[in-house]
Amino acid sequence: MRRPRPSVGKVATVIEVRGLTKHFGSVLAVDDLTFDVAPGRVTGFLGPNGSGKTTTMSMIMGLNHPNAGTVTISGQRYQDLRWPLREVGGLLEARAIHPGRSARTHLAVLARYNAIDLKRVDVVLDQVGLSDVASKRVGKFSLGMGQRLGIAAALLGDPATVLLDEPVNGLDPEGIRWIRTLCKGLAGEGRTVFISSHLMSEMALTADQLVVIGKGRLIAQTPVADFVARSSSQSFRVRVSDTSAFVAAIEAIDGVVSNNGDGSMVVTGVDLVAIGDAALAKRVAVYELAAQASLEDAFMELTSASVEYRGAS
Amino acid sequence: MTTTTPIAPTAATVEQPRGRAGLRQAVRAEWTKFWSVRSTSWSLFALIVATVGLGMLSTHALRSQPGPAFDPIRRIFVGFNFGQFAIGVLGVLFISAEYGTGQIRSTLSVMPRRPVVVAAKAIVMGIVGLVVGEILSFATFVVGDAMLAGSQSHVAFATPGVLRVLIESGVYIALLGLIGLGIGTLLHNSAGSIATLAGVVLILTLIVQAMPTVVIDAVSRYLPANIGATVFAISAPGRFQNVPIFSPLTGLLVLALYAAVLLGSGCYLMIRRDT
Repeated sequence: MRRPRPSVGKVATVIEVRGLTKHFGSVLAVDDLTFDVAPGRVTGFLGPNGSGKTTTMSMIMGLNHPNAGTVTISGQRYQDLRWPLREVGGLLEARAIHPGRSARTHLAVLARYNAIDLKRVDVVLDQVGLSDVASKRVGKFSLGMGQRLGIAAALLGDPATVLLDEPVNGLDPEGIRWIRTLCKGLAGEGRTVFISSHLMSEMALTADQLVVIGKGRLIAQTPVADFVARSSSQSFRVRVSDTSAFVAAIEAIDGVVSNNGDGSMVVTGVDLVAIGDAALAKRVAVYELAAQASLEDAFMELTSASVEYRGAS
Repeated sequence: MTTTTPIAPTAATVEQPRGRAGLRQAVRAEWTKFWSVRSTSWSLFALIVATVGLGMLSTHALRSQPGPAFDPIRRIFVGFNFGQFAIGVLGVLFISAEYGTGQIRSTLSVMPRRPVVVAAKAIVMGIVGLVVGEILSFATFVVGDAMLAGSQSHVAFATPGVLRVLIESGVYIALLGLIGLGIGTLLHNSAGSIATLAGVVLILTLIVQAMPTVVIDAVSRYLPANIGATVFAISAPGRFQNVPIFSPLTGLLVLALYAAVLLGSGCYLMIRRDT
């Protein structure tokens, strides 16, 4: 055998993306993207909608062709994998499935393509909780059930690499927690897990490592913890006795204040200690001073220049 | 339907089998795929009704008004002119439905080599088309000829040319299925592909017939329906008396060439295009 299966921590199955570029007509969807996905941990692929996550995933799986750059899985192009489904399990879209077949038949077809024992079909159906509806036509499935079937397909070949594009879409809180446990479990077994989302908060709970993109460009490749800590946009919710004096004091030390409209304000650009000291110096009473969850802020700050579609606010 | 139990380490340490996923696995998978959607059963039902049913109606008319100039085989097989369209539609849908539903992305992610997928579909379609075609041609003949028993139009298996018609008609049906598959592979879109198939098989023939003689002489022999007209008959159809036409066997080879070109170019575009 050329390549042993990845028992825990044995073989470095790694996705290598190098200078990946993709145009759709005049639109640059993915722009010179370079990053690695390592085994044994969950790597989150984070970016706003329309930032090129799905296009990148499609190029990893050989469905879309890059205009420039390469992507390999353990050094091989996807097209050259000997047993694609046994090596890479992918969830690309919830409904890349013919609605007229039953869940079991759909999986059986995929299994046959890679000579996978049909017993695996019932194993993965059980794993994703679809055993009861295995004979039901897929067209009758809810969004969440379709998503679970897609995940069952990704797990069918017991692959060393798992790619899930927006897996929590359409899932209820129970399902979201299940995905989280599943991904951590797969990574714990030494597999390479690459999971995309536009939800920073979800990635913070699930991923160990982050690849952040915006408008098709790499913005950051970093451990989740560093990403949060490094963020400069730590913001604080403040309520004080004398708003105008407080605003003047904060602006004097180059902080930025915005009014929430409910009597509270949000201060950014200065740290907790500076806010407290400034208030004390002006003899302003502070009723509330709390650091805000900064994950979304950090994400927003990083990607704000690169959001493709933004609602008028 | 919810479960929170973490995935158990299953076969994570099992070695992968030798070789690689190829045509053998693909044919098995596509065979399962073919028989597990509803369009298969209703297309085959339409095919059977069209060929046998129309053949019976036509033969009945022949029995009540027998004429020596008629080729009884052509009357019995008249339904094949419509049945060929049904098998073509089945061929189209075998691949266009995958594009319509997004299933093609699942298929190509488990078998990224496009030629293997197209070849597997062509093999399944070819086998089904040939088996169904031969069953149909023999069934149509047996039923139709039984209706002619005792009349002067009666023919037998032993009648010269009959066995050729029976065998070649099945081949013709198989080739039309492959041409449908080829059109679907090229165009991806179900409605557009079926319209194209109808144009090529049914409408083009009518258009050419309305053209000047030069055009008719140059083009007629290449039209699938005209090739069919020579295949489903013992004698050459009257309207081809002064028009150059292929022999049935040459005609089938031309159809095979069409199928190969359509499938080949469709496959080439699948390799080049995004999915």
